[in-house]
Amino acid sequence: MFDFSLFTNWIHSFLSSFMPEWLTITTECVLIGVALLLTYALLALFYIYFERKVCAAFQCRLGPNRVGPMGLLQSFADMFKMLIKELISLNHTDKFLFALAPYLVILASMLAFAVLPWGNGLQIIDFNIGIFFLIAVSSIGVLGILLAGWSSNNKFTLIGALRSGAQMVSYELSIGLSVLTMVVFAGSMSVGDIVNAQDNLWFIFSGHIPAIIAFIIYLIAGTAETNRGPFDLPEAESELTAGYHTEYSGIHFGFFYLAEYLNLFIVSGVATLLFFGGWMPLHFPGWDGFNAIMNYIPGVVWFIGKAIVISFIIIWFKWTFPRLRIDQMLALEWKYLLPINLFNLVLMVLIVVYGIHL
Amino acid sequence: MVLLSIQNSTLAIAAALTGIGLVALALWLAGLISPRSFNPQKGEAYECGIPTRGESMAQFKVGYYLFAILFLMFDVECVFLFPWAVRVKALGGAGLISIAVFFIILVLGLVYAWRKGALEWK
Repeated sequence: MFDFSLFTNWIHSFLSSFMPEWLTITTECVLIGVALLLTYALLALFYIYFERKVCAAFQCRLGPNRVGPMGLLQSFADMFKMLIKELISLNHTDKFLFALAPYLVILASMLAFAVLPWGNGLQIIDFNIGIFFLIAVSSIGVLGILLAGWSSNNKFTLIGALRSGAQMVSYELSIGLSVLTMVVFAGSMSVGDIVNAQDNLWFIFSGHIPAIIAFIIYLIAGTAETNRGPFDLPEAESELTAGYHTEYSGIHFGFFYLAEYLNLFIVSGVATLLFFGGWMPLHFPGWDGFNAIMNYIPGVVWFIGKAIVISFIIIWFKWTFPRLRIDQMLALEWKYLLPINLFNLVLMVLIVVYGIHL
Repeated sequence: MVLLSIQNSTLAIAAALTGIGLVALALWLAGLISPRSFNPQKGEAYECGIPTRGESMAQFKVGYYLFAILFLMFDVECVFLFPWAVRVKALGGAGLISIAVFFIILVLGLVYAWRKGALEWK
């Protein structure tokens, strides 16, 4: 497999040959920032197009097909439309919090985005507590949503924000516990180590039954965490117009839109990393020829491909299940997912400590 | 495995600044090209055509706060489990017994909340 750190080390030695150390680090940070920004924006635009096409296919429509070949430029057109819309300043809002909310939402998704492993050596932040850091920063997003709803001084946004807060906060527990189950199995919280541990076999295959249960719970909780599918009651358009971002206009709304799609990618990316081996190609122990052929496909393609397949499943949920009521949503989390998750954790610990095979 | 020989915390700050930069840049760009017009009706809160009645930043249903408190309790306990989870194999049986005490208290907390009816949405 191609090790991307060859390339980055070359850049590092090239830059440090004629620059002092602090300038080298600053330049590299700027380069990383630009790369991050471009990937973030392009991926969000792709996801908007992807979701619209998939939704159209589910409803036997064509979807966007006018702007560019097969409507590929539709999301660029949308972006420019948002940029040229007026930013309306409202009379009774809390101006400071109203302006702060989009920053928090984007910040949370950008930090979580930077932790994802893209390929061999192609990972920006690799803390030894990587996956924990990811959960921690992605919960900043809830703050942004609550602030957006509260500061808009509108009843729709307040109800939307509180629903969203209750939902994201509840399902974060399930995400945390299913991640914990996989951390027990991997024996490490570092994203790089978790991916390397799946060199022989992905965790979904090698993790016995608890890994499969954890994956299903993660998928449900991840759908709820991104306010999508059957859990879209914070922005139930028939009752709350647009939920917590009703009062935002133009590019202000665009930020929430962007973060929503990026969160979909992040949730799928984390599922990929925990259960489907991150950028690791499909390997089976003993199938040497097969493994060698799979190694020819680059890690980035594997990672994005797997993430897109999982996103497709999450989008599929949206058109399969009807929207839940808030009491059903909370009961699902606290009375079903949480006890199952705790039981699943105990199972996984028994498997790891005593080597029981289920 | 790290991308470059830079400290992780520096990279995290760089990523955070990138996020803030993205918002600031897009807002600046939008400020340059988006139109401005004033209309007294425009500043009103979004409603179905009539002015908003009463206060919007009002007291709200207590059920939401109850779930927030429950979350806080369980999430902090979940955080305590993480360091143990990394060392599960090395700690073995002895570690398992000591964490079992903690875990049972956690489950008892859930059972208590359930029996008290804190998980019902009223």
